[in-house]
Amino acid sequence: MIPLSWYLILAAALFSIGLFGVLVRRNAIAILLGVELMLNAVNINLVSFWRYGDVTAMAGQVFAIIVFAVAAAEVAVGLALVISVYRRRNTVIADELDMMKW
Amino acid sequence: MTGEQIIFLITAGFTLGSGLMVVTARNLVHAALWLVSALFGVAVTYALLNANFIAVVQIVVYIGAIAILFIFAVMLTRRDMRESGPQMNKNWWSGAILAALVFAGLAFLLQGWGGFSKTASAFPSGFDAVGELGEALVSPDAFVLPFEVASVLLLAALVGAVYLAFNKK
Repeated sequence: MIPLSWYLILAAALFSIGLFGVLVRRNAIAILLGVELMLNAVNINLVSFWRYGDVTAMAGQVFAIIVFAVAAAEVAVGLALVISVYRRRNTVIADELDMMKW
Repeated sequence: MTGEQIIFLITAGFTLGSGLMVVTARNLVHAALWLVSALFGVAVTYALLNANFIAVVQIVVYIGAIAILFIFAVMLTRRDMRESGPQMNKNWWSGAILAALVFAGLAFLLQGWGGFSKTASAFPSGFDAVGELGEALVSPDAFVLPFEVASVLLLAALVGAVYLAFNKK
């Protein structure tokens, strides 16, 4: 039997890798890839707490499904913004998108 | 060591290795393909947790829709991929330190928690997890309101995405 700790450590490691990607990548699409890894780590936590807690309470799995919906919405809007910015500025490098900086 | 534990360790190593490739690959198409393999590893983890429906949704929605959307976005911004220049900003080491600190802090907090090395109890006999999940999603005493709000959010986000990416000229 696998103890709960293994899943939680896997999720923490995946979250930290995603956080690293969000903080250091220059390309806006690569930043969104890091966000996806972080959302998946959260989902592993939700599903493992469902399995190791009360399995008849479905809240953990329902939350995971709602996170899927929110992730799909986030990716659709994020990539639309990146494509729109690319059309106007011809760049997707996050450092060069400084129109809102004084 | 049981067979289940060996499968878990292989899956975890595969997922974390693919995740590291996602954040370090120079070529963005390769990063998106490594994301597909990391998402597949997460789907295997869900299957190990007996969450069959979530595992299938992970493959259909994440790999089938979200990862493909990423690959399309990478190709639509292809002229600007700049594989020659640096892919990480100059403060990458402070990002690495911060990520390592977050991992160490989470591990420290978790090992101090009482339920950390809990093992899973067996399913009650005749328990149908997928049927229970379906009922929980549409039952008025459970999660029908969050479920409907999530669908409205998805609709609004997709209309917004079409509006944002629409070429007005």
